[in-house]
Amino acid sequence: MMNKKNYVYMIIAIPAFILFFIFHTYPALQGIFYSFTDWKGYGDWSFVGLKNYLNVFKDERALDAYGFTFKFAVISTILVNIFSLLIAMGLNAKIKFHKTLRAIYFLPYILSILIVGFIFNFIFTHFLPGIGESLGIEFLTKNILGDQKLAWLGIVLVAVWQSVAFNTILYLAGLVTIPEDLYEAASIDGAGIWRKFWNITFPLIAPFFTINMVLAMKNFLMVFDQIVALTGGGPGTSTESISLLIYRGGFEGGEFAYQSANAVIYFIVIVVISIIQLKFLEKREAES
Amino acid sequence: MSNKRTNWPVTTLLIVGTLLILLPLYLTITIAFKTPQEMAGNLLALPKSWSLDNFTQAIEMTNFFNALGNSVFVTIFVVIFTVLTNSLVAYAIARNMHKKAYKFLFYYFVSAMFIPFPIIMLPIVKQTAAWGMDNLVGLIILYVVFNLSFNTFIYVGYIRSIPKELEEAAVIDGASTWGVFWRVIFPLLAPMNATVAIITCLGAWNDFMLPLVMLSDRDMATLPLVQYIFQSQFSTNYNLAFASYIMALAPMIIVYIFAQKWIISGVMKGSIK
Repeated sequence: MMNKKNYVYMIIAIPAFILFFIFHTYPALQGIFYSFTDWKGYGDWSFVGLKNYLNVFKDERALDAYGFTFKFAVISTILVNIFSLLIAMGLNAKIKFHKTLRAIYFLPYILSILIVGFIFNFIFTHFLPGIGESLGIEFLTKNILGDQKLAWLGIVLVAVWQSVAFNTILYLAGLVTIPEDLYEAASIDGAGIWRKFWNITFPLIAPFFTINMVLAMKNFLMVFDQIVALTGGGPGTSTESISLLIYRGGFEGGEFAYQSANAVIYFIVIVVISIIQLKFLEKREAES
Repeated sequence: MSNKRTNWPVTTLLIVGTLLILLPLYLTITIAFKTPQEMAGNLLALPKSWSLDNFTQAIEMTNFFNALGNSVFVTIFVVIFTVLTNSLVAYAIARNMHKKAYKFLFYYFVSAMFIPFPIIMLPIVKQTAAWGMDNLVGLIILYVVFNLSFNTFIYVGYIRSIPKELEEAAVIDGASTWGVFWRVIFPLLAPMNATVAIITCLGAWNDFMLPLVMLSDRDMATLPLVQYIFQSQFSTNYNLAFASYIMALAPMIIVYIFAQKWIISGVMKGSIK
């Protein structure tokens, strides 16, 4: 009886392991393997040792992609967390139309990132300049996506617009667990809104803050769809993210091996950042 | 906060804030009904006529129903197979966590969540092409397998909270492990199944990157991919483009309008885990 049971569990687990290995682990290992070669994606190849890795650090296009991706991810993460916490606190207050408002604020989450990007592409290119012209606002008249220095802000705006939805829901899940009488007691002690926030709300939703920061950061470091739809990495390569660079170099540029090395570095960076964030934020959670 | 009075300042602020979300959608809908000549006027104005010309033209140009069919096909099968198989695998792991091999399997699946897709992107494309999997069925298989990572994590936690006594009673009645899972455990997983189904559905429906790199045949393109392919043809005619975007977004928006309560709580449950 016992043996038969174990047998059934194995029949379930082994195929799952094999499939996952074939379609996930094996390609990852292949990527790591080829990162030590000079393979173009076709034809002959030979081992080149660490050459690809060293070249990534000397490659200005790659360094720019890392620079842009970090700048974008850090700023978007901060903005998303500020806005979603504010909206979540608003939705958690005694408001009218609670369900409808919550549904509208969550709506962007269900929409295709790529299509949202295309829509905002139009807004930046035609709608905002049109408004700028008719109202005489100089700043709005030009298309920021066409400006090397400003294009990244357009991508931040779209990414934040869409991501706030998900993070708001997470914060809301945290806020509803805070008992009302804590605030009442604090009011009796004469605490203002600000003190209530820092002494009650924030410490109690700290775990949600941690999840939100880590998830948002990880997602933004992988930014791809928004950029394809908004700038295609341009103007020039000023908004080329790491994912986009790997995609382009790997599929269009014959840099299979080189971009594999880049992808390995990228993977290490994401793991290190996630671990640092978790450690740092968990420590703060424990302290507060 | 202690009284039951409505907080009107916050309500008002939140209502004003929704404009930021609704305005882009309003623009998309109205522009989809306008003619190129109307675009010269006030962009915020309503269209002069609610003609469906842009839609019929966009349907023809992008072969919309073909793409819709592809997206629906992929999404439905990914959702069904993900829920059925991933819960079963998680069950096998959850009931054997005291054994080294299963514990290893758990961490093996879960740790894969940290691996960014670009690291497997280049090899997986070569591999799927070589094995004749660069099609919709291949896409479904990859989604179902990749989903194991996150779903093992959320299912295992949930299954371990289900008391074993429930299963033991069924075993005494003569049910096999197989029977126990489908007749006792799977129904108990209903809330988790709903969460997984919703997250999987949104993920498969809206994904752009995997179809982009994997599908070589245009006839197999899913809805987001079609918008990308036709972008260059649209560039001169925003009205057609927006009609096409609306049709690509509409199915999910319609589902959302009717099921938003379950979708929000489903996503919420999945992420608190």
